[in-house]
Amino acid sequence: MNAPLILDRRRVLAGGGALIVSFSLTSAFAQDQAPAATPPSKPPGSLAATAYLDSWIRIDADGSITVFTGKAELGQGFRTAFQQIAAEELDLPFESLKVITADTKLTANEGYTAGSRSMQDSGTAIQNAAAQVRELLVAEAAKRLDLPAENLRTENGAVISPDGRRLSYGELVAADMLHVQAQPKSRLKDPATLKVMGQPVRRVDIPAKVTGGGVYVQDMRLPGMVHARVVRPPSYGAQLTECDSSAVEKLAGVVKVVRDGNFLAVVAEKEFQSIKAMNALSSAAKWKESASLPKQDDLLNVLMHLPSQDSTIFQRSDPSVSRGKTIEAIYTRPYQLHGSVGPSCAVAQLVDDAMTVWTHTQGVYPDRQAIAEMLRVPPASVRLIHVEGSGCYGHNGADDAAADAALIARALPGRPVRVQWMREQEHAWEPFGPAMVTKLKASLDSNGKIADWHFDVWSNTHSMRPGGAGSMLAAQHMAQPFAVPAPRPLPLPEGGGDRNAIPIYTFPNAQVVHHFIPAMPLRISALRALGAYHNVFSIESFMDELAGLADADPVEFRLKHLEDQRGRAVIEKAALGFEWKSGQKAPQDRGFGFAFARYKNLAAYCAVASEVEVNRETGRPRLVRAVAAVDSGQVVNPDGLINQIEGAIVQSMSWTLYESVTFDDTRITSIDWQTYPILRFDAVPESIEVHIIDRPGQPFLGSGETGQGPTAASIANAIANATGKRLRNLPLTRKRIKEAIDA
Amino acid sequence: MMTLKVNGREHQVDADPDTPLLYVLRDDIKLNAAKFGCGLGQCGSCAVIVDGKAILSCITPMVLLEGKQVTTLEGLGSVSEPAPIQRAFIEEQAAQCGYCIPGMMMRAQALLLKNSKPTDAEIRAALEQHLCRCGTHMRILRAVRRAARLMEAADASSTTNRSAQ
Amino acid sequence: MLIVGVAMAFAIVWRPVIPAIDPPAPYAFDAALIKRGRDLAAIGNCNECHTVRGGKNFAGGLPVPTPFGTIYSSNITPDAETGIGQWSEAAFRRAMRDGVNRKGEHLYPTFPYDHFTHVSDEDDRALYAFLMTRQPVHAPSRENQISFPLNQRPVIAGWKLLFLRRDSYQPDATRSAEWNRGAYLVAGLAHCGACHTPRNALGAERVNAQFAGGDVDNWLAYALNDRSHAPVPWDADALYMYLRSGWHPDHGTARGPMAQVVSNLSSVPDSDVRAIAVYMADISGTPTPDRKQEGEAALAQARSPSQASQTDTAGATIYVGACASCHETSRPLPYGGVNLALSTAVSSPDPRNLANVVLSGVSAVEGERSPIMPGFADSMNDAQMAALLNYLRARFSKQPAWTGVEKTVADARRAVTVYLQTSAGPRNAPADPTQRDKP
Ligand code: FES
Ligand code: FES
Repeated sequence: MNAPLILDRRRVLAGGGALIVSFSLTSAFAQDQAPAATPPSKPPGSLAATAYLDSWIRIDADGSITVFTGKAELGQGFRTAFQQIAAEELDLPFESLKVITADTKLTANEGYTAGSRSMQDSGTAIQNAAAQVRELLVAEAAKRLDLPAENLRTENGAVISPDGRRLSYGELVAADMLHVQAQPKSRLKDPATLKVMGQPVRRVDIPAKVTGGGVYVQDMRLPGMVHARVVRPPSYGAQLTECDSSAVEKLAGVVKVVRDGNFLAVVAEKEFQSIKAMNALSSAAKWKESASLPKQDDLLNVLMHLPSQDSTIFQRSDPSVSRGKTIEAIYTRPYQLHGSVGPSCAVAQLVDDAMTVWTHTQGVYPDRQAIAEMLRVPPASVRLIHVEGSGCYGHNGADDAAADAALIARALPGRPVRVQWMREQEHAWEPFGPAMVTKLKASLDSNGKIADWHFDVWSNTHSMRPGGAGSMLAAQHMAQPFAVPAPRPLPLPEGGGDRNAIPIYTFPNAQVVHHFIPAMPLRISALRALGAYHNVFSIESFMDELAGLADADPVEFRLKHLEDQRGRAVIEKAALGFEWKSGQKAPQDRGFGFAFARYKNLAAYCAVASEVEVNRETGRPRLVRAVAAVDSGQVVNPDGLINQIEGAIVQSMSWTLYESVTFDDTRITSIDWQTYPILRFDAVPESIEVHIIDRPGQPFLGSGETGQGPTAASIANAIANATGKRLRNLPLTRKRIKEAIDA
Repeated sequence: MMTLKVNGREHQVDADPDTPLLYVLRDDIKLNAAKFGCGLGQCGSCAVIVDGKAILSCITPMVLLEGKQVTTLEGLGSVSEPAPIQRAFIEEQAAQCGYCIPGMMMRAQALLLKNSKPTDAEIRAALEQHLCRCGTHMRILRAVRRAARLMEAADASSTTNRSAQ
Repeated sequence: MLIVGVAMAFAIVWRPVIPAIDPPAPYAFDAALIKRGRDLAAIGNCNECHTVRGGKNFAGGLPVPTPFGTIYSSNITPDAETGIGQWSEAAFRRAMRDGVNRKGEHLYPTFPYDHFTHVSDEDDRALYAFLMTRQPVHAPSRENQISFPLNQRPVIAGWKLLFLRRDSYQPDATRSAEWNRGAYLVAGLAHCGACHTPRNALGAERVNAQFAGGDVDNWLAYALNDRSHAPVPWDADALYMYLRSGWHPDHGTARGPMAQVVSNLSSVPDSDVRAIAVYMADISGTPTPDRKQEGEAALAQARSPSQASQTDTAGATIYVGACASCHETSRPLPYGGVNLALSTAVSSPDPRNLANVVLSGVSAVEGERSPIMPGFADSMNDAQMAALLNYLRARFSKQPAWTGVEKTVADARRAVTVYLQTSAGPRNAPADPTQRDKP
């Protein structure tokens, strides 16, 4: 299979037989405009917004069952987890189910696949929908068999009576049976009896990925497809002053040069022809650039002096507590990249005024809205289908590539157009994770406990996702451009720049101030964990500084300030796994570090203990081993969870030790892996251990981002432990460590 | 027109001799495994095996492939009949997004062909040119070690020649 | 007569043991002195020879291939038993001056005391302070692989008699202080001639061919005097930038054994790097009008690239497909490839360095911005590589064609793996001793 299977609504409705239930897309569409009036008590997860059960689960007459999620598989493996959940609640064999992911024609509008919310939103919806569907089927069987529902059980896709009579789900389902609104409460499986959930079921997507299956949008080959490359401006705001494309148009294979204002692209029959043409077009294009970027090595002052909107997001006071020794510190984080290994890609095709875009966006519905706006057509004439791309870790170039493809496909009606970004384009143009500054100040009381705590964070927003057309490059570059939408701080409790800014610890006096900076000198948006990465790095580094001041063991010091029992359990588990001992000394040239956070203060808990070796002569740090503990509520797939946390630790280690976007006064200069180095195999730790605390029956807590902050602080604390020097500016590079040692 | 031998089959391809192999594999021969990651020789996503050695197909022009045997991940095995290295990656669940994985596997396969019992340091050194952004490294290392064991077991239990070299 | 002869020989060969001391406490040394010692050690490139990749700093054990066998560097950490912990400052200074260890044994001149002999007392004191405050590492020295009679240490005494000139640096009053500083460093601690001066049959630098180019570990250390093959003549500014940053737009990026040198020089006082550059610019001399013109022609060729589309020969096609996408873009150095019209490797008398680089490439430095070049050892056979190299020579240099390129490539293929790291100091990733054990 070269192209992913494309389902459409007509085929869904026409296929299979008469018993196919009608599909409740109307409610999904309605979601786009105005949220449905919320019922008195809402069903859980995404069922609250998309309440029809058949938006989530479809049963065909032949008994085949399809699960729909509005979320996109980004490599986290939740397609498998959803399949486990549905199989469990429906009493079906795992293999008998199929999961369809984000597609504006088929699935519910679940907004973005972001914020580690997929399990909470979609997983919960599927779990409850499946349980309720099962109940409906049992009720139908009870009616047909004339038996009380309590006497019936379900097994292997059928309802079974005490005397052994069997009615399969396929037989039971009837038109519209599932086209009912979900109830606020479902009768879920007793956690003690789970068979599929909680098992390390192997991921369904991996076999194709390790055998060269056509998995990714990059692998799509539609009949008649052409290859496009975009020529991006050399810098933000550059104006195309001159571009004689006549020579390029004559090159072998070139189909068309597309120009719309500052948007420039070339289309060719074959891929390498399009690259050659892109190079030629790029030489022909003359741009007027302006120096608009801030000073890269003075980000601290740049950020602290941009106008900001300040709000106190947390305040507590207890004047009776005395204050003794006080310390303060400033921590900074640079702009950082998503840096997907596969640059962004999209395929688009315009047929009879209907635009279809295959994309690895994280939000098919919002992106559809934005593309429709850019093309100045009604959203209903645009369909977005999610197809996997390379791992994205937030808002990378995916949406932009989708917009590029749509704009170019509009110029070539009928032909599928594949746009593949080049490495340099991905590095220079993806929206970066924002730079941040935090300032902390705290005092100890006479018992060595924290008496008061001040935390200030300066940051941009952490999401410039589409929204309107103006958030996409192509729309910004068109002759009639769309303005970049005004940035807004993301609201608490999740927050953006202030995500995890409020300490989870209990301090008698505390104040947290968010300095939201509307001006965005560099293009930024959501990067895994958003502000939590830096806020947790800051808080957890400072906790160690305070523990040092109090002459206390870092783990004990944390426990002393933490009331949350699940948090305490996670800390204790990680400490135990690491064999952390109070007052221990690391081997020569090594240091131990510890850190903890609950992501967003409402999602998964994670603690990381690490051992870092520092070469005294060169300053080179090496993460030797890391031990993590995580509580993400009820665990659906333990191996998937471990995989996520391992990945988070490794990725965060790379961010923390190496990574920063570089730029001069005009251009981004970190445009490939030479200039934006990331972790390579020589620096991979010797071991990473992840311990899970399972909480059967508890809600799913998103875990995809919970490891980023604790890893960073744990490494910084270990470096401080090894060298006696505290590094507060990310990344903690070899040079900075060496300077600190030599100072 | 050039003749290119891929996974044991001959293909007539119409490409300039300076075209990098990667585009011929993906565009002309319609194979998926070799991936575009950078086109600059910096990331390893495009690795395939040529005459038993792993090379970066994005910087290997066709002119260098005259008379050589190209093997891609597709040539090692399939979903129904996975090769040892593929089984190893499945058994270790060694992927997140999986985009980097085919290149890693080809490099590892080439390593194991010449060194059936590599040390951890040798595996790391071999994979040094390969980037994974998801942080799947620990599992990749485990999968390569497992593949070494599986290949050894396969060698021991079979006397037939394997064609995928 | 015989007695006198024996006595003389004895006087030459025999060196007293210098009494062992208790390793001094680190706080016995002044911080400023240690800091100065650190800079001097960087100029001396001490870490490069005395640290195995992946091993402990200064603990020795690095194999140094010589025409006479393999010699392993020694442990210069202050470990009492296996390092220099029991060495007094006098013992240290004697090793630097005379090439004799504390016990009175003669050291092989792979330890370049023929240069270090010129180091001042004051600088030796700083170096001593620096080394004695390093982390002691217990690491016994490895047995050298030298055959008879060269494995007889007294033979070295004879060598010294012939080639070791013990004198301190005499400033040249007619020159600037900067020039003199440069001359002092180059002749002494920086020991540039150890690589860049050719050696005679007995392995000593040829005094009358100073900086005329030498061999080191299968690399050609380029001539730095008026016989330099750099397409564009060097001047003090270019040398300064190259030594300080590791690259220069008209000359390319340092790699091979030079990578470690520039990596070390990036952290030493600016004035010292400048002094070295000023002195070396003087060594290379003022270019003749012809040479100057050639340089300008090379620069012009580099600035207007792209006669590259002719793909008439295999070499040309390989170049277009494998090299041009980096070496002929508008992207500036060091992250864009150098235009090969400016490459000394292409213009140099033999193709060794070019073969080394094309085979192995330049790998990324862990976590640091650094140029990356993929190696082509596995994608080109010797004939293809030779075709490429011959094409590069013909197209990008004014020099006569090389001969025997295919054999050079084959030899280089067997010898590669050393020194291709654009290193930022010995790495402490899990040890991989195979990396340096191959020559
Ligand atoms: S795509 Fe070939 S090395 Fe990155
Ligand atoms: S698994 Fe996603 S890049 Fe490696």
